[in-house]
Amino acid sequence: MARIVGIDLGTTNSLIAYMNNGVPCVIPGPDGRTMVPSVVALTQQGLVVGDEAKAHLIRNPSRTIYSIKRFMGKALADVQEELAYFPYTLTEQGGVIRIQLNGKTYSPPQISAMILKELKQRAEAYLQEEITKAVITVPAYFNDSQRQATKDAGLIAGLDVLRIINEPTAASLAYGLQQKTQGMIAVYDFGGGTFDISILKLKNGIFEVLATNGDTHLGGDDIDRRIADWLLDDIHSTYGLDLRSYPDHMQALRLEAERAKIRLSDEVKTSLSLDLPNGRGRFTRELTRSHLESLVADIIERTLTPCRAALKDARLTADQIDEVVLVGGSTRMPLVRRRVQELFGKEPHCHLNPDEVVALGAAIQADILSGGTTDMLLLDVTPLSLGIETMGGVMSCLIPRNTTIPASAKELFTTYVDGQTGVDIHILQGERELAKDNRSLARFRLKVPPLPAGVPRIEVTFLIDANGILHVTAKDVRTGQQHSIDVKPSYGLSEAEVERMIEESFKFANEDVASRKLIEARLDAGSLLSATEKALAQGGHLVTEEVLTAIRTAAAALAQAKEGDSVQAIRTHMANLEQVAQALSIALMEDSLKQGLEGKRLSDIT
Amino acid sequence: MNQQPPSKSRNVGMARSMCWHCQSELTGEYFCERCVKIQPVSKDTDYFTCLGLPRRLTIDPAVLEANYYERSRTFHPDFYLNKTEAERAISLANAATLNTAYRTLKDPVQRAEYLLDLEAGAVKTIRTSPPDDLFEEILELQEMLDTYRAEPPASEQNQQLLARLQHKRESLERRQQELEQELPQLFAEWDALQDQTPEDDQSRLERDRVLKRMREILSNRTYIKNILNDLIDSIG
Repeated sequence: MARIVGIDLGTTNSLIAYMNNGVPCVIPGPDGRTMVPSVVALTQQGLVVGDEAKAHLIRNPSRTIYSIKRFMGKALADVQEELAYFPYTLTEQGGVIRIQLNGKTYSPPQISAMILKELKQRAEAYLQEEITKAVITVPAYFNDSQRQATKDAGLIAGLDVLRIINEPTAASLAYGLQQKTQGMIAVYDFGGGTFDISILKLKNGIFEVLATNGDTHLGGDDIDRRIADWLLDDIHSTYGLDLRSYPDHMQALRLEAERAKIRLSDEVKTSLSLDLPNGRGRFTRELTRSHLESLVADIIERTLTPCRAALKDARLTADQIDEVVLVGGSTRMPLVRRRVQELFGKEPHCHLNPDEVVALGAAIQADILSGGTTDMLLLDVTPLSLGIETMGGVMSCLIPRNTTIPASAKELFTTYVDGQTGVDIHILQGERELAKDNRSLARFRLKVPPLPAGVPRIEVTFLIDANGILHVTAKDVRTGQQHSIDVKPSYGLSEAEVERMIEESFKFANEDVASRKLIEARLDAGSLLSATEKALAQGGHLVTEEVLTAIRTAAAALAQAKEGDSVQAIRTHMANLEQVAQALSIALMEDSLKQGLEGKRLSDIT
Repeated sequence: MNQQPPSKSRNVGMARSMCWHCQSELTGEYFCERCVKIQPVSKDTDYFTCLGLPRRLTIDPAVLEANYYERSRTFHPDFYLNKTEAERAISLANAATLNTAYRTLKDPVQRAEYLLDLEAGAVKTIRTSPPDDLFEEILELQEMLDTYRAEPPASEQNQQLLARLQHKRESLERRQQELEQELPQLFAEWDALQDQTPEDDQSRLERDRVLKRMREILSNRTYIKNILNDLIDSIG
């Protein structure tokens, strides 16, 4: 079986890992670094991803996309309150957010696919083989739309996504493999954009998730924003200046806030500084750890409510938890560690690198799927209740939250009117009583044969697979016939759209290669032309007028081709120029030899 | 038009089913012994059988869990990724059934409800009027709740009501617990009757009595639980 890699597609950073003789390893880039910043920039040289793109955040804010994970599986209305923080332009089409870049629009899965492709290429270069299969991690509290969007991103990147696995459970696999732990463990996963808590029971290689909870819109980003807001207020009151209208300065501010936060995990105070626009000089402020903690205390508190809810759902008390594991960069904050320790009454574990542990776990799951690891099995749960809308706009629950997946439920439908030919079904996910307060997943019309009211019996099966993704099938109970149903996702790309994006992505990759080749050819032509100019100035007198004319004609033709878009034409004219200029280069060489030999004795040169 | 096609002759007496893949008679439990393909868990398999347990209400949680883990290792889709699509679909459906079976049997109340359903069919009738012994109490509670909801939450009258409602809540929760505590005894009685052979009139009567009492307890419990949920929603 072909190799399966594990990918942690993070809000801030992404990583790719593989299993090397039973040991999970993160694959480093050429610079030795394992993390690829989840940033995509559209530059004049085309698309760039990762560290290179991160450099464009300040230079090119409106064309540099970061934190795209926050928009996966979302509509514009879901993220309204935070739009002001993002310098790039967002629109919506068919319930899916679109990012505008240079007159083109991209869906979040397309942007994520660019990051995935970068990781894929990194692994291919490192392992010297083609990578086509992957396990990708998502926050445990991701809903169906967000999971589906992640799967779509994989498809667009040319990856067969064999499994979507939850980040905290992936981390538990990495810990379990190391520790051979048994008992109850709590995984507290606080990343760049999301928070998850999972309670697991580990026994004889079985990793059974008892409960999970979280907030898919709570992470280190929010902490950075708090620091940034504090600085913005300060700048406003000191200089009467609203930095919000300067996107490049906003980005610099955001990055400076993030760096200060990171420094304050080791130091008790630090200083932030920033260039102000319009030559107002440099702004500097000191921030102490305790001040930072008072700024963000409520954010950390917000992570504790899901922890208590998960414990309750698992029917456990905090003292029944044997081990607490910390995952995600935000758990480096001393305040986070303190609050977690207070809640669970024990010191949390953090001996595995919290940035890498999820990718390592994904590699282990990949190994389980390829048949390498056979003694471990993950039994995960669905984070949110699944149901359908019934009379009066109430949600009727079919599969409650924290049900082990795969999970299925059957529901029988009939008609209320004679000759009725369809029944509308609205699928929901969430914990609220009213349909409108829950997440709409999809709607579809169940086709029913026209019969007297109450006679048709259509059995609909709702199946949540091991990825936490819903599948719906219908069967006519009277005839035993399977019904095809066309489910329209409420917040997702349609299958046709994904298909189109896969095609576009291939086209784009080709275009990308083509434009790179063109840029290279133009650069080469440019240096050949200037070398020819130089040679003509140095040795034009050494060759015949005929040769000179031939060189000048060929050079002019190349200069013209260089302005065009044809790599082929440029290369042909380059070859032609090189050919006709050969006489000149030989003459120059002979000349320089002669000059070098002048005034020297034969004995000096032999 | 309405003429039914003649039903295919089904061998009613056939004791064994056939492998979906190689059509040979099945002898193995989950796999065909001949072609080693995974077999779908039959629709008629009850949750007890599915988890390798006798149809008894008293269950050792450790045995239940061990059997569940063992079968999960057999059925989980993780282990069928490089198999055919048909095998993958079977593994997915089997794992989903197994998970439902485990969830149902793990919880004593759900387990009893499931058994009642198996034994007597569709018993999950929801009580719409309070149990006799609770009639007065529920009536009083409803009146209190109506007043409470009509008044502004901070009023002095409501503060007093709140204390009384809290008291009611505790009493109902106690009542719910008492009902649940009666279950293990009934479970033991039921299990003992199952082990008794041959069945006579006396044991049949006993059996009906136990089933009836279990049904009573379960429907009273559901009723109280709904009242409690309503109460908790109102007073927070």
